[in-house]
Amino acid sequence: MAKHEYSYYPGCSSQKGASSSNLEKSVETLCEELDIKLNPIPDWNCCGASIGYAGGGELPRMTLSARNLALSEKHHPDQDVVATCAACWLNTREVQERLNHNPALKAETNIALQSVKLEYKGNKKVRHMVEVLIEDIGYDVLGSKVKKPLEGLKIAGYVGCQTNRPFGIDGESFENPMYLDKMVETLGAEALTKYDKKVACCSGALMFSEPEKGQALVKDIIESAYDSGANMIVTPCPLCQANVEIYQDDINARYKTNFDMPVMYYSQLMDVAFGRSALDAALNGNIIQSKRLREIADK
Amino acid sequence: MTTAVNQAMVEKYKGNFLKEVTDNVEEGNWVKMCMQCGVCSGSCPLGPHWDHPPQELFMMIRANKRDEVLSSTSMWMCTSCYNCVARCPRGLPITHIMHGLAHYGKRMGMKPKNQPTEKFGQMFWDNLIKKGRVNELKLGLGLYFKDGFAEGLKVSMGKQKLGMNMMKAKRMSPMEMLGGHGVSDLSGFHAMLKKAEELEAARVGANTDAK
Ligand code: SF4
Ligand code: SF4
Repeated sequence: MAKHEYSYYPGCSSQKGASSSNLEKSVETLCEELDIKLNPIPDWNCCGASIGYAGGGELPRMTLSARNLALSEKHHPDQDVVATCAACWLNTREVQERLNHNPALKAETNIALQSVKLEYKGNKKVRHMVEVLIEDIGYDVLGSKVKKPLEGLKIAGYVGCQTNRPFGIDGESFENPMYLDKMVETLGAEALTKYDKKVACCSGALMFSEPEKGQALVKDIIESAYDSGANMIVTPCPLCQANVEIYQDDINARYKTNFDMPVMYYSQLMDVAFGRSALDAALNGNIIQSKRLREIADK
Repeated sequence: MTTAVNQAMVEKYKGNFLKEVTDNVEEGNWVKMCMQCGVCSGSCPLGPHWDHPPQELFMMIRANKRDEVLSSTSMWMCTSCYNCVARCPRGLPITHIMHGLAHYGKRMGMKPKNQPTEKFGQMFWDNLIKKGRVNELKLGLGLYFKDGFAEGLKVSMGKQKLGMNMMKAKRMSPMEMLGGHGVSDLSGFHAMLKKAEELEAARVGANTDAK
Protein backbone atom coordinates (compact mmCIF):
# COMPACT_ATOMS: atom_id res chain seq x y z
CA MET A 1 0.00 0.00 0.00
CA ALA A 2 1.18 3.47 -0.81
CA LYS A 3 2.34 5.60 2.06
CA HIS A 4 -0.01 8.49 1.21
CA GLU A 5 -3.43 8.07 -0.41
CA TYR A 6 -5.78 10.76 -1.61
CA SER A 7 -9.12 11.09 -3.32
CA TYR A 8 -8.11 12.72 -6.57
CA TYR A 9 -10.03 15.25 -8.63
CA PRO A 10 -8.19 15.37 -12.00
CA GLY A 11 -10.41 17.89 -13.85
CA CYS A 12 -11.17 18.21 -17.55
CA SER A 13 -7.91 19.64 -18.84
CA SER A 14 -5.91 16.75 -17.34
CA GLN A 15 -7.69 14.11 -19.38
CA LYS A 16 -5.99 12.18 -22.13
CA GLY A 17 -5.39 14.44 -25.11
CA ALA A 18 -6.37 17.58 -23.20
CA SER A 19 -4.40 20.76 -22.70
CA SER A 20 -2.66 19.89 -19.44
CA SER A 21 -2.18 16.17 -19.94
CA ASN A 22 1.54 16.89 -19.47
CA LEU A 23 0.84 18.11 -15.94
CA GLU A 24 -1.07 14.90 -15.29
CA LYS A 25 1.76 12.73 -16.61
CA SER A 26 4.48 14.56 -14.69
CA VAL A 27 2.47 14.38 -11.46
CA GLU A 28 1.99 10.63 -11.97
CA THR A 29 5.75 10.23 -12.15
CA LEU A 30 6.19 12.39 -9.08
CA CYS A 31 3.73 10.26 -7.15
CA GLU A 32 5.62 7.09 -8.06
CA GLU A 33 8.78 8.65 -6.70
CA LEU A 34 7.17 9.80 -3.47
CA ASP A 35 4.95 6.77 -2.81
CA ILE A 36 1.75 8.76 -3.21
CA LYS A 37 -1.41 7.16 -4.58
CA LEU A 38 -4.05 9.37 -6.19
CA ASN A 39 -7.41 7.59 -6.46
CA PRO A 40 -9.58 9.33 -9.05
CA ILE A 41 -13.08 10.20 -7.82
CA PRO A 42 -15.32 7.74 -9.71
CA ASP A 43 -17.39 9.42 -12.44
CA TRP A 44 -16.30 12.95 -11.49
CA ASN A 45 -17.69 15.89 -13.48
CA CYS A 46 -16.44 19.34 -14.53
CA CYS A 47 -16.23 21.94 -11.73
CA GLY A 48 -17.41 24.83 -13.94
CA ALA A 49 -13.96 26.47 -13.98
CA SER A 50 -13.93 30.23 -13.59
CA ILE A 51 -16.34 31.05 -16.38
CA GLY A 52 -19.32 28.79 -15.63
CA TYR A 53 -21.27 31.73 -14.22
CA ALA A 54 -22.27 32.93 -17.70
CA GLY A 55 -24.60 29.98 -18.18
CA GLY A 56 -25.00 28.59 -14.68
CA GLY A 57 -26.46 30.33 -11.66
CA GLU A 58 -25.19 29.92 -8.13
CA LEU A 59 -26.99 26.70 -7.26
CA PRO A 60 -26.34 24.77 -10.49
CA ARG A 61 -22.66 25.65 -10.18
CA MET A 62 -22.57 24.61 -6.52
CA THR A 63 -24.08 21.24 -7.35
CA LEU A 64 -21.24 20.52 -9.81
CA SER A 65 -18.56 20.44 -7.13
CA ALA A 66 -20.99 19.10 -4.51
CA ARG A 67 -21.54 16.03 -6.67
CA ASN A 68 -17.79 15.42 -6.85
CA LEU A 69 -17.41 15.91 -3.11
CA ALA A 70 -20.33 13.60 -2.36
CA LEU A 71 -18.82 10.95 -4.65
CA SER A 72 -15.53 11.31 -2.83
CA GLU A 73 -17.26 11.04 0.57
CA LYS A 74 -18.94 7.87 -0.63
CA HIS A 75 -16.02 6.13 -2.31
CA HIS A 76 -12.99 7.44 -0.41
CA PRO A 77 -14.41 8.36 3.00
CA ASP A 78 -11.06 8.60 4.78
CA GLN A 79 -9.06 10.46 2.16
CA ASP A 80 -8.54 14.19 1.63
CA VAL A 81 -9.58 15.47 -1.79
CA VAL A 82 -6.58 16.58 -3.83
CA ALA A 83 -6.56 18.56 -7.08
CA THR A 84 -3.65 19.51 -9.31
CA CYS A 85 -5.46 22.25 -11.24
CA ALA A 86 -5.76 25.65 -9.60
CA ALA A 87 -9.33 26.28 -10.75
CA CYS A 88 -10.47 22.77 -9.81
CA TRP A 89 -8.96 23.14 -6.36
CA LEU A 90 -10.40 26.59 -5.86
CA ASN A 91 -13.91 25.68 -7.01
CA THR A 92 -14.07 22.50 -4.98
CA ARG A 93 -12.75 24.13 -1.85
CA GLU A 94 -14.85 27.22 -2.27
CA VAL A 95 -18.07 25.27 -2.78
CA GLN A 96 -17.28 23.25 0.35
CA GLU A 97 -16.83 26.43 2.38
CA ARG A 98 -19.82 28.22 0.98
CA LEU A 99 -22.18 25.29 1.45
CA ASN A 100 -20.95 24.66 4.97
CA HIS A 101 -21.53 28.31 5.87
CA ASN A 102 -24.95 28.54 4.28
CA PRO A 103 -27.41 25.88 5.53
CA ALA A 104 -30.16 26.98 3.11
CA LEU A 105 -27.89 26.60 0.09
CA LYS A 106 -26.63 23.27 1.41
CA ALA A 107 -30.19 22.00 1.85
CA GLU A 108 -31.10 23.00 -1.72
CA THR A 109 -27.92 21.42 -3.05
CA ASN A 110 -28.82 18.18 -1.34
CA ILE A 111 -32.29 18.22 -2.87
CA ALA A 112 -30.66 18.46 -6.31
CA LEU A 113 -28.19 15.70 -5.38
CA GLN A 114 -31.09 13.33 -4.68
CA SER A 115 -31.39 13.04 -8.47
CA VAL A 116 -28.07 11.20 -8.44
CA LYS A 117 -28.77 9.41 -5.15
CA LEU A 118 -26.00 11.23 -3.38
CA GLU A 119 -25.79 13.30 -0.25
CA TYR A 120 -23.24 15.98 0.47
CA LYS A 121 -22.09 16.09 4.08
CA GLY A 122 -19.22 18.49 3.85
CA ASN A 123 -16.58 16.92 6.05
CA LYS A 124 -13.78 16.64 3.49
CA LYS A 125 -10.54 18.50 3.43
CA VAL A 126 -9.85 19.88 -0.05
CA ARG A 127 -6.20 20.37 -0.86
CA HIS A 128 -3.91 21.40 -3.67
CA MET A 129 -1.16 19.03 -4.78
CA VAL A 130 1.49 21.51 -3.67
CA GLU A 131 0.03 21.42 -0.15
CA VAL A 132 0.53 17.67 -0.15
CA LEU A 133 4.14 18.12 -1.25
CA ILE A 134 4.93 20.84 1.27
CA GLU A 135 2.90 19.65 4.26
CA ASP A 136 2.75 15.86 3.99
CA ILE A 137 6.07 15.17 2.24
CA GLY A 138 8.17 18.21 3.18
CA TYR A 139 11.11 20.04 1.62
CA ASP A 140 13.63 17.77 3.37
CA VAL A 141 12.29 14.62 1.79
CA LEU A 142 11.92 16.36 -1.57
CA GLY A 143 15.55 17.50 -1.29
CA SER A 144 16.75 14.05 -0.31
CA LYS A 145 15.29 12.61 -3.53
CA VAL A 146 17.35 14.86 -5.78
CA LYS A 147 19.77 12.84 -7.92
CA LYS A 148 20.45 15.43 -10.61
CA PRO A 149 20.44 18.91 -9.10
CA LEU A 150 19.19 21.52 -11.57
CA GLU A 151 22.44 23.43 -11.26
CA GLY A 152 22.87 26.61 -13.21
CA LEU A 153 19.21 27.03 -14.09
CA LYS A 154 17.71 30.41 -13.28
CA ILE A 155 14.00 30.03 -12.73
CA ALA A 156 11.22 32.61 -12.48
CA GLY A 157 8.57 31.19 -10.17
CA TYR A 158 5.15 32.17 -11.48
CA VAL A 159 2.51 31.33 -8.89
CA GLY A 160 -0.31 33.21 -10.64
CA CYS A 161 -3.76 33.88 -9.22
CA GLN A 162 -5.89 30.98 -8.23
CA THR A 163 -3.26 28.83 -6.54
CA ASN A 164 -2.55 31.93 -4.49
CA ARG A 165 -5.89 33.67 -3.94
CA PRO A 166 -8.30 33.71 -2.22
CA PHE A 167 -7.09 30.74 -0.17
CA GLY A 168 -3.40 30.42 -0.90
CA ILE A 169 -1.06 27.98 0.75
CA ASP A 170 -1.08 28.02 4.52
CA GLY A 171 1.46 30.40 6.01
CA GLU A 172 2.21 32.14 2.71
CA SER A 173 1.43 35.76 1.86
CA PHE A 174 -0.80 36.67 -1.08
CA GLU A 175 1.59 39.34 -2.31
CA ASN A 176 4.82 37.33 -2.14
CA PRO A 177 4.37 33.59 -1.57
CA MET A 178 7.70 31.80 -1.23
CA TYR A 179 6.91 28.10 -1.62
CA LEU A 180 7.59 27.85 -5.33
CA ASP A 181 10.97 29.56 -4.93
CA LYS A 182 11.74 27.19 -2.05
CA MET A 183 10.85 24.20 -4.22
CA VAL A 184 13.12 25.49 -6.98
CA GLU A 185 16.01 25.97 -4.51
CA THR A 186 15.37 22.51 -3.06
CA LEU A 187 15.93 21.07 -6.54
CA GLY A 188 19.28 22.82 -6.83
CA ALA A 189 18.29 25.60 -9.22
CA GLU A 190 18.44 29.33 -8.63
CA ALA A 191 15.11 30.99 -7.77
CA LEU A 192 14.82 34.50 -9.18
CA THR A 193 13.23 36.12 -6.18
CA LYS A 194 13.17 39.55 -7.87
CA TYR A 195 10.73 38.32 -10.53
CA ASP A 196 7.99 40.87 -10.09
CA LYS A 197 5.15 39.15 -11.97
CA LYS A 198 5.04 36.25 -9.52
CA VAL A 199 1.37 36.69 -8.63
CA ALA A 200 0.13 38.55 -11.72
CA CYS A 201 -2.96 37.42 -13.60
CA CYS A 202 -2.56 35.55 -16.93
CA SER A 203 -6.09 36.70 -17.91
CA GLY A 204 -7.59 33.26 -17.34
CA ALA A 205 -10.35 32.42 -19.77
CA LEU A 206 -10.24 35.94 -21.22
CA MET A 207 -7.25 34.79 -23.27
CA PHE A 208 -9.77 32.96 -25.49
CA SER A 209 -12.54 35.51 -25.55
CA GLU A 210 -10.58 38.78 -25.57
CA PRO A 211 -7.12 37.76 -26.78
CA GLU A 212 -5.67 41.24 -27.23
CA LYS A 213 -6.26 42.00 -23.54
CA GLY A 214 -4.99 38.61 -22.44
CA GLN A 215 -1.86 38.87 -24.55
CA ALA A 216 -1.04 42.27 -23.06
CA LEU A 217 -1.00 40.75 -19.56
CA VAL A 218 1.04 37.72 -20.62
CA LYS A 219 3.55 39.88 -22.49
CA ASP A 220 4.42 41.61 -19.19
CA ILE A 221 4.75 38.27 -17.39
CA ILE A 222 7.25 36.96 -19.97
CA GLU A 223 9.10 40.23 -20.33
CA SER A 224 9.69 40.44 -16.62
CA ALA A 225 11.09 36.89 -16.62
CA TYR A 226 13.60 37.89 -19.33
CA ASP A 227 14.43 41.06 -17.39
CA SER A 228 15.33 39.06 -14.30
CA GLY A 229 17.56 36.76 -16.35
CA ALA A 230 15.38 33.64 -16.33
CA ASN A 231 16.05 30.51 -18.41
CA MET A 232 12.50 29.43 -17.84
CA ILE A 233 9.26 30.12 -16.01
CA VAL A 234 7.84 27.53 -13.65
CA THR A 235 4.21 27.40 -12.50
CA PRO A 236 1.81 25.18 -10.55
CA CYS A 237 -1.26 26.20 -12.62
CA PRO A 238 -2.36 24.57 -15.91
CA LEU A 239 -4.09 27.66 -17.27
CA CYS A 240 -1.09 29.87 -16.41
CA GLN A 241 1.14 27.33 -18.14
CA ALA A 242 -0.99 27.25 -21.28
CA ASN A 243 -1.65 30.99 -21.48
CA VAL A 244 1.99 31.93 -20.96
CA GLU A 245 3.42 29.26 -23.24
CA ILE A 246 1.27 28.72 -26.28
CA TYR A 247 0.55 32.28 -27.39
CA GLN A 248 4.17 33.40 -27.57
CA ASP A 249 4.03 33.28 -31.40
CA ASP A 250 0.94 35.50 -31.40
CA ILE A 251 2.52 37.88 -28.91
CA ASN A 252 5.71 38.04 -30.97
CA ALA A 253 3.65 38.91 -34.04
CA ARG A 254 1.63 41.55 -32.21
CA TYR A 255 4.45 43.22 -30.31
CA LYS A 256 7.46 42.49 -32.53
CA THR A 257 9.15 40.62 -29.69
CA ASN A 258 11.30 37.50 -29.88
CA PHE A 259 9.94 35.52 -26.96
CA ASP A 260 10.95 31.88 -26.73
CA MET A 261 10.59 31.26 -23.02
CA PRO A 262 9.91 27.72 -21.76
CA VAL A 263 7.10 27.46 -19.21
CA MET A 264 7.36 24.32 -17.09
CA TYR A 265 5.41 22.73 -14.26
CA TYR A 266 7.01 22.32 -10.82
CA SER A 267 6.30 18.60 -11.21
CA GLN A 268 8.38 18.41 -14.40
CA LEU A 269 11.34 20.02 -12.64
CA MET A 270 11.01 17.57 -9.78
CA ASP A 271 10.82 14.54 -12.08
CA VAL A 272 14.01 15.57 -13.85
CA ALA A 273 15.82 16.41 -10.60
CA PHE A 274 14.74 13.05 -9.16
CA GLY A 275 16.49 11.38 -12.08
CA ARG A 276 13.50 10.44 -14.21
CA SER A 277 13.54 10.49 -18.01
CA ALA A 278 12.39 13.33 -20.26
CA LEU A 279 9.43 11.16 -21.25
CA ASP A 280 8.42 10.48 -17.63
CA ALA A 281 8.62 14.22 -16.99
CA ALA A 282 6.38 14.82 -20.04
CA LEU A 283 8.87 17.27 -21.50
CA ASN A 284 7.52 16.37 -24.96
CA GLY A 285 4.24 17.94 -23.84
CA ASN A 286 5.76 21.40 -23.94
CA ILE A 287 5.56 23.44 -27.11
CA ILE A 288 8.61 25.52 -26.22
CA GLN A 289 11.30 23.11 -25.11
CA SER A 290 13.85 23.89 -22.46
CA LYS A 291 17.13 22.63 -23.91
CA ARG A 292 18.88 22.99 -20.58
CA LEU A 293 16.33 20.89 -18.72
CA ARG A 294 16.35 18.24 -21.41
CA GLU A 295 20.14 18.04 -21.23
CA ILE A 296 19.93 17.38 -17.51
CA ALA A 297 17.23 14.76 -18.04
CA ASP A 298 19.28 13.02 -20.76
CA LYS A 299 22.52 13.14 -18.76
CA MET B 1 -35.01 43.22 -24.78
CA THR B 2 -36.55 42.94 -21.37
CA THR B 3 -38.21 39.90 -19.92
CA ALA B 4 -41.33 39.43 -17.83
CA VAL B 5 -39.28 38.58 -14.78
CA ASN B 6 -37.33 41.78 -15.32
CA GLN B 7 -40.51 43.86 -15.35
CA ALA B 8 -41.74 42.12 -12.24
CA MET B 9 -38.48 42.94 -10.51
CA VAL B 10 -38.57 46.59 -11.58
CA GLU B 11 -42.10 46.76 -10.26
CA LYS B 12 -41.30 45.14 -6.99
CA TYR B 13 -38.10 46.96 -6.11
CA LYS B 14 -38.96 50.33 -7.59
CA GLY B 15 -36.35 52.76 -6.39
CA ASN B 16 -34.43 50.26 -4.30
CA PHE B 17 -31.91 48.50 -6.48
CA LEU B 18 -29.64 47.84 -3.50
CA LYS B 19 -32.41 45.74 -1.95
CA GLU B 20 -32.95 43.92 -5.23
CA VAL B 21 -29.24 43.09 -5.39
CA THR B 22 -29.19 42.04 -1.74
CA ASP B 23 -32.14 39.70 -2.28
CA ASN B 24 -31.28 38.22 -5.65
CA VAL B 25 -27.65 38.53 -6.68
CA GLU B 26 -25.12 35.93 -5.62
CA GLU B 27 -23.39 37.29 -2.48
CA GLY B 28 -25.21 40.59 -3.16
CA ASN B 29 -25.93 41.13 0.53
CA TRP B 30 -22.28 42.17 0.87
CA VAL B 31 -22.61 45.27 -1.33
CA LYS B 32 -23.79 47.43 1.54
CA MET B 33 -20.54 46.72 3.38
CA CYS B 34 -18.43 48.55 0.78
CA MET B 35 -16.79 51.70 2.12
CA GLN B 36 -15.71 53.00 -1.29
CA CYS B 37 -11.98 52.95 -0.63
CA GLY B 38 -11.17 51.97 -4.22
CA VAL B 39 -8.63 49.26 -3.40
CA CYS B 40 -10.50 46.72 -5.54
CA SER B 41 -10.55 48.94 -8.61
CA GLY B 42 -6.89 49.78 -8.21
CA SER B 43 -5.98 46.09 -7.91
CA CYS B 44 -7.90 44.82 -10.90
CA PRO B 45 -5.69 43.62 -13.79
CA LEU B 46 -8.35 44.53 -16.33
CA GLY B 47 -9.18 47.74 -14.52
CA PRO B 48 -8.09 49.97 -17.40
CA HIS B 49 -10.66 48.29 -19.67
CA TRP B 50 -13.64 48.48 -17.35
CA ASP B 51 -16.20 51.26 -17.84
CA HIS B 52 -17.11 50.83 -14.19
CA PRO B 53 -14.64 49.03 -11.92
CA PRO B 54 -16.02 47.19 -8.87
CA GLN B 55 -16.06 50.16 -6.48
CA GLU B 56 -17.97 52.21 -9.03
CA LEU B 57 -20.47 49.41 -9.69
CA PHE B 58 -21.16 49.23 -5.96
CA MET B 59 -21.70 52.99 -5.84
CA MET B 60 -24.04 52.79 -8.84
CA ILE B 61 -26.06 50.05 -7.16
CA ARG B 62 -26.70 52.35 -4.23
CA ALA B 63 -27.55 55.18 -6.62
CA ASN B 64 -30.26 53.03 -8.26
CA LYS B 65 -28.52 52.92 -11.62
CA ARG B 66 -30.19 49.62 -12.38
CA ASP B 67 -30.05 49.62 -16.18
CA GLU B 68 -26.47 50.86 -16.33
CA VAL B 69 -25.29 48.19 -13.89
CA LEU B 70 -27.16 45.20 -15.28
CA SER B 71 -26.31 45.94 -18.90
CA SER B 72 -22.69 46.88 -18.22
CA THR B 73 -19.89 45.01 -19.99
CA SER B 74 -17.62 45.62 -17.01
CA MET B 75 -18.25 42.64 -14.80
CA TRP B 76 -18.02 40.32 -17.80
CA MET B 77 -14.34 41.23 -17.97
CA CYS B 78 -13.59 39.83 -14.52
CA THR B 79 -10.81 37.25 -14.90
CA SER B 80 -11.55 35.71 -11.49
CA CYS B 81 -8.07 36.54 -10.24
CA TYR B 82 -9.29 37.27 -6.67
CA ASN B 83 -6.83 40.12 -6.25
CA CYS B 84 -9.66 42.39 -5.10
CA VAL B 85 -10.91 39.79 -2.61
CA ALA B 86 -7.47 39.28 -1.10
CA ARG B 87 -7.08 43.03 -0.60
CA CYS B 88 -10.54 44.42 0.24
CA PRO B 89 -10.29 45.78 3.79
CA ARG B 90 -13.98 44.98 4.35
CA GLY B 91 -13.68 41.38 3.19
CA LEU B 92 -16.21 41.61 0.35
CA PRO B 93 -16.32 38.53 -1.93
CA ILE B 94 -16.06 40.88 -4.92
CA THR B 95 -15.31 38.19 -7.51
CA HIS B 96 -18.53 36.37 -6.65
CA ILE B 97 -20.51 39.58 -6.71
CA MET B 98 -19.13 40.30 -10.20
CA HIS B 99 -20.13 36.82 -11.38
CA GLY B 100 -23.48 37.25 -9.64
CA LEU B 101 -24.18 40.63 -11.25
CA ALA B 102 -23.23 39.31 -14.67
CA HIS B 103 -25.48 36.29 -14.32
CA TYR B 104 -28.36 38.29 -12.86
CA GLY B 105 -28.15 40.86 -15.65
CA LYS B 106 -28.35 38.02 -18.15
CA ARG B 107 -31.27 36.41 -16.31
CA MET B 108 -33.10 39.74 -16.54
CA GLY B 109 -32.51 39.82 -20.31
CA MET B 110 -30.15 42.78 -20.04
CA LYS B 111 -26.82 41.26 -20.96
CA PRO B 112 -24.62 43.50 -23.12
CA LYS B 113 -24.71 42.82 -26.85
CA ASN B 114 -21.72 41.08 -28.39
CA GLN B 115 -19.65 40.86 -25.26
CA PRO B 116 -17.14 38.14 -26.21
CA THR B 117 -16.62 36.71 -22.72
CA GLU B 118 -20.37 36.46 -22.19
CA LYS B 119 -20.63 34.49 -25.43
CA PHE B 120 -17.64 32.31 -24.64
CA GLY B 121 -18.88 31.66 -21.09
CA GLN B 122 -22.24 30.44 -22.41
CA MET B 123 -20.49 28.19 -24.93
CA PHE B 124 -18.35 26.81 -22.14
CA TRP B 125 -21.41 26.06 -20.00
CA ASP B 126 -23.29 24.41 -22.87
CA ASN B 127 -20.21 22.33 -23.66
CA LEU B 128 -19.71 21.14 -20.08
CA ILE B 129 -23.41 20.40 -19.55
CA LYS B 130 -23.63 18.26 -22.63
CA LYS B 131 -21.42 15.45 -21.34
CA GLY B 132 -20.54 16.50 -17.83
CA ARG B 133 -16.98 17.30 -18.81
CA VAL B 134 -15.51 19.91 -21.10
CA ASN B 135 -14.55 18.93 -24.63
CA GLU B 136 -11.71 21.36 -25.28
CA LEU B 137 -11.48 20.70 -28.99
CA LYS B 138 -15.14 21.42 -29.66
CA LEU B 139 -15.00 24.43 -27.37
CA GLY B 140 -11.99 25.81 -29.23
CA LEU B 141 -13.51 25.27 -32.66
CA GLY B 142 -16.84 26.66 -31.48
CA LEU B 143 -15.05 29.75 -30.30
CA TYR B 144 -13.41 30.33 -33.67
CA PHE B 145 -16.74 29.91 -35.43
CA LYS B 146 -18.81 31.99 -33.04
CA ASP B 147 -18.97 34.93 -35.45
CA GLY B 148 -20.09 32.86 -38.39
CA PHE B 149 -18.57 30.41 -40.82
CA ALA B 150 -16.44 32.67 -43.02
CA GLU B 151 -14.96 34.49 -40.05
CA GLY B 152 -14.37 31.14 -38.33
CA LEU B 153 -12.50 29.73 -41.28
CA LYS B 154 -10.25 32.77 -41.29
CA VAL B 155 -9.55 32.59 -37.56
CA SER B 156 -8.97 28.86 -37.49
CA MET B 157 -6.59 29.05 -40.48
CA GLY B 158 -4.70 31.68 -38.54
CA LYS B 159 -4.59 29.32 -35.56
CA GLN B 160 -3.41 26.35 -37.58
CA LYS B 161 0.12 26.46 -36.23
CA LEU B 162 -1.11 26.69 -32.66
CA GLY B 163 -3.43 23.74 -33.23
CA MET B 164 -0.65 21.66 -34.82
CA ASN B 165 1.67 22.49 -31.93
CA MET B 166 -0.93 21.35 -29.44
CA MET B 167 -1.61 18.12 -31.34
CA LYS B 168 2.09 17.38 -31.62
CA ALA B 169 2.45 17.82 -27.87
CA LYS B 170 -0.59 15.53 -27.44
CA ARG B 171 -2.43 18.31 -25.66
CA MET B 172 -5.22 18.41 -28.20
CA SER B 173 -6.74 15.32 -29.72
CA PRO B 174 -8.75 15.12 -32.95
CA MET B 175 -10.46 12.08 -31.41
CA GLU B 176 -12.39 14.48 -29.19
CA MET B 177 -14.57 15.30 -32.21
CA LEU B 178 -16.01 11.79 -31.94
CA GLY B 179 -17.55 11.48 -28.55
CA GLY B 180 -14.81 12.55 -26.20
CA HIS B 181 -14.77 12.35 -22.44
CA GLY B 182 -17.89 12.48 -20.30
CA VAL B 183 -19.58 11.26 -17.11
CA SER B 184 -21.27 7.88 -17.31
CA ASP B 185 -24.32 8.76 -15.21
CA LEU B 186 -25.33 11.41 -17.72
CA SER B 187 -29.08 11.22 -17.15
CA GLY B 188 -28.60 11.62 -13.41
CA PHE B 189 -26.23 14.50 -14.00
CA HIS B 190 -28.78 16.29 -16.18
CA ALA B 191 -31.62 15.64 -13.73
CA MET B 192 -29.48 17.09 -10.93
CA LEU B 193 -28.80 20.30 -12.84
CA LYS B 194 -32.42 20.64 -13.91
CA LYS B 195 -33.51 20.37 -10.30
CA ALA B 196 -30.91 22.95 -9.24
CA GLU B 197 -32.09 25.33 -11.95
CA GLU B 198 -35.73 24.90 -10.89
CA LEU B 199 -34.91 25.59 -7.26
CA GLU B 200 -32.96 28.69 -8.19
CA ALA B 201 -35.63 30.01 -10.55
CA ALA B 202 -38.21 29.44 -7.82
CA ARG B 203 -36.12 31.54 -5.46
CA VAL B 204 -35.99 34.51 -7.83
CA GLY B 205 -39.65 33.91 -8.73
CA ALA B 206 -40.61 33.91 -5.06
CA ASN B 207 -38.96 37.26 -4.73
CA THR B 208 -41.17 38.64 -7.48
CA ASP B 209 -44.43 37.26 -6.03
CA ALA B 210 -44.30 39.00 -2.67
CA LYS B 211 -45.42 42.51 -3.44
S1 SF4 C 1 -11.90 47.27 -1.74
FE1 SF4 C 1 -13.77 46.60 -0.70
S2 SF4 C 1 -14.40 48.33 0.58
FE2 SF4 C 1 -12.88 49.11 -0.88
S3 SF4 C 1 -14.12 49.90 -2.59
FE3 SF4 C 1 -13.61 47.79 -3.10
S4 SF4 C 1 -15.34 46.56 -2.29
FE4 SF4 C 1 -15.45 48.60 -1.36
S1 SF4 D 1 -11.35 39.05 -9.43
FE1 SF4 D 1 -12.27 40.21 -11.10
S2 SF4 D 1 -12.86 42.16 -10.18
FE2 SF4 D 1 -11.42 41.20 -8.79
S3 SF4 D 1 -9.44 42.07 -9.34
FE3 SF4 D 1 -9.66 40.14 -10.47
S4 SF4 D 1 -10.54 40.71 -12.46
FE4 SF4 D 1 -10.83 42.47 -11.06
